[in-house]
Amino acid sequence: MDFSTFLIQLLNSLQYGLLLFLVASGLTLIFGIMGIINLAHGSFYMMGAYMAFSLTALSGNLLVAIVVGIALSVLIGFLLEWALFSRLYKRDHLDQVLLTYGLILIFEELRSLIVGDDVHGVPIPELLSASIQLSETLSYPVYRLFMSAVCILLAIVMYWLIRYTRLGMMIRAGSSNREMVQALGINIDLIYRIVFGLGVTLAAFAGMLAAPVSSVYPGMGNQVLIICFVVVVIGGVGSVWGALVAALLIGLADTFGKVIAPDYAGLAVYVLMAAVLLWRPEGIFRRI
Amino acid sequence: MEQGFNRRRFLLSTAGIAGGLALPGAPLFAQSANKIRVGLMLPYTGTYAALGNAITNGFKLAVEQGGGKLGGREIEYFTVDDESDAAKAPENANKLIKRDNVDVLIGTVHSGVALAMTRVARETKTLLIIPNAGADEITGPLCAPNIFRTSFSAWQPAYAMGQVMAERKHKNVVTLSWKYSFGEQSVAGFKEAFEKAGGKVVKEMYLPFPNVEFQPYLTEIAALKPDAVFVFFAGGGAVKFVKDYDAAGLKKTIPLYGSGFLTDGTLEAQGDSAEGILTTLHYADGLDIAKDKAFRTAYAMAFKMQPDVYAVQGYDAAQLFAAGLAGVGGDVTKREALIAAMEKATVDSPRGRFTLSKAHNPVQDIYLRKVEAKQNKLVSVAAKALADPARGCRM
Repeated sequence: MDFSTFLIQLLNSLQYGLLLFLVASGLTLIFGIMGIINLAHGSFYMMGAYMAFSLTALSGNLLVAIVVGIALSVLIGFLLEWALFSRLYKRDHLDQVLLTYGLILIFEELRSLIVGDDVHGVPIPELLSASIQLSETLSYPVYRLFMSAVCILLAIVMYWLIRYTRLGMMIRAGSSNREMVQALGINIDLIYRIVFGLGVTLAAFAGMLAAPVSSVYPGMGNQVLIICFVVVVIGGVGSVWGALVAALLIGLADTFGKVIAPDYAGLAVYVLMAAVLLWRPEGIFRRI
Repeated sequence: MEQGFNRRRFLLSTAGIAGGLALPGAPLFAQSANKIRVGLMLPYTGTYAALGNAITNGFKLAVEQGGGKLGGREIEYFTVDDESDAAKAPENANKLIKRDNVDVLIGTVHSGVALAMTRVARETKTLLIIPNAGADEITGPLCAPNIFRTSFSAWQPAYAMGQVMAERKHKNVVTLSWKYSFGEQSVAGFKEAFEKAGGKVVKEMYLPFPNVEFQPYLTEIAALKPDAVFVFFAGGGAVKFVKDYDAAGLKKTIPLYGSGFLTDGTLEAQGDSAEGILTTLHYADGLDIAKDKAFRTAYAMAFKMQPDVYAVQGYDAAQLFAAGLAGVGGDVTKREALIAAMEKATVDSPRGRFTLSKAHNPVQDIYLRKVEAKQNKLVSVAAKALADPARGCRM
């Protein structure tokens, strides 16, 4: 591998890592901070991607689709929390696994009924459809760079929200002691509803943003589900920075695993996970 | 009714055991007047649901065109959704064979499930017709008198593509596929033909199934600068690969070729990125075959949608079975004669007439197709009457 190819592969891993962070960000909130084992995370991601497809087809513009999609996702998140998840906070993890597994099946079936089982593509917006020539034969789509920029921005906003705002303070307090926070007169039910809605929206947003690159197909949520849990666990449950660092490490391991040892590429990510957990059983970063 | 039916079945089985004893011949006669029991084991949910439905539609269309009958006998369907889950396959197949007593088993799309079905069919000696799954083993080491296939083997389209790419003067080629048996068999078939014709596979690359992060491989391809690239991908992965390949600017300089599934059922999603890609398969748009035109019209009338290669394969499964039944006057109990009639059949398929190889896989033309205006337009016949080598088949 010459130096320029190495640099391009580095760019690939950075870009893939940031995309992973985006996809896992919703799970850092719902699993990491609220402590709910949410297997339906992939379904929310899929829901977002299919929204991007249908709404772009209707409006002709991905940006409009994303704005409308975000509004819909917030609504769906609130509804799900109110109807189902709010009853599960005090139950054990097995009940949460059952509920969220059931949701996977329901979402898949709904997808099949509403949109069908075909594979779809979402066009990249005109403004971002150019590519940059990297080497003689290879160019890099601008949209991928744009996605990376959005991911970095999102990481900063999430960190700021949880670390430096009043809402973030209440969220952190609520996650460590629910009853105490309630006793202080804070409406913890509302806080949890907001966090859950945010988590669903982030997952759906990831699906919408990634749709032009990943294409839209049945079962796409299940593909990202496991890797999302890996990101959250390696990073340290509940830590936004941890998730970002973990996602970048996974991006590196996956990309260079594929290049250096293609036969074992599928293993690279899980070897990394095992190594990190042996070294720091609580993940790279602890709770923020 | 229920009781009478069971008693008749009981009598039938004792008649079988008793052989020449002086039991009345009536039960056997009554059996052949019954409906033929067809077991459809196909995916009706999940990723391959659309394929399972197309195969079912094709099969039922052929039956309807025969006046609701096959070989003069009425048909009764038993359906199981195999969910493309190989772990559940033996149980699902046994449900149809043991509980529903089907006379023939039709299925399926997913190769892993089909392999399990093949094993069950070998053990229970059930007649099995496979309308899609292309795993080479089915008509290779696992071949058996009671196992037939109306689709293709992974080797066939890939081998034809090897010849095509060598003819097109490509010398150094990189291959890329998912690391699972179907992908590996496709690459092996391609490599066999391509290297025999003097070409060289510079690098074989695989990624874990069903991973779709292609960027590192595209960077590798750009650095290696081969004359062309051969890939096997299908479904969502095929869409993403074709779009990524185009977005990376590789399509302009390094032509992309593939086994037909790269651009089948995916063209709407791939959009302009797929334009001009050459693939090989046993079916194409714009075939100049009267049977194909009639089939397409009839299918579109019946199901209000256009047929695809999967519908053709389902249609031919029914045609092949009908040919067998015609040879025995509709009497499925004459097993050996039924199988012999199926082996000798020439199936008048929409893809063009085909016969069966010794291992029961179609000997068929493989077409070279080019993507034009979201259709896989016929370019030429890439390989005439190509037969799978059926390596490992002892029959």
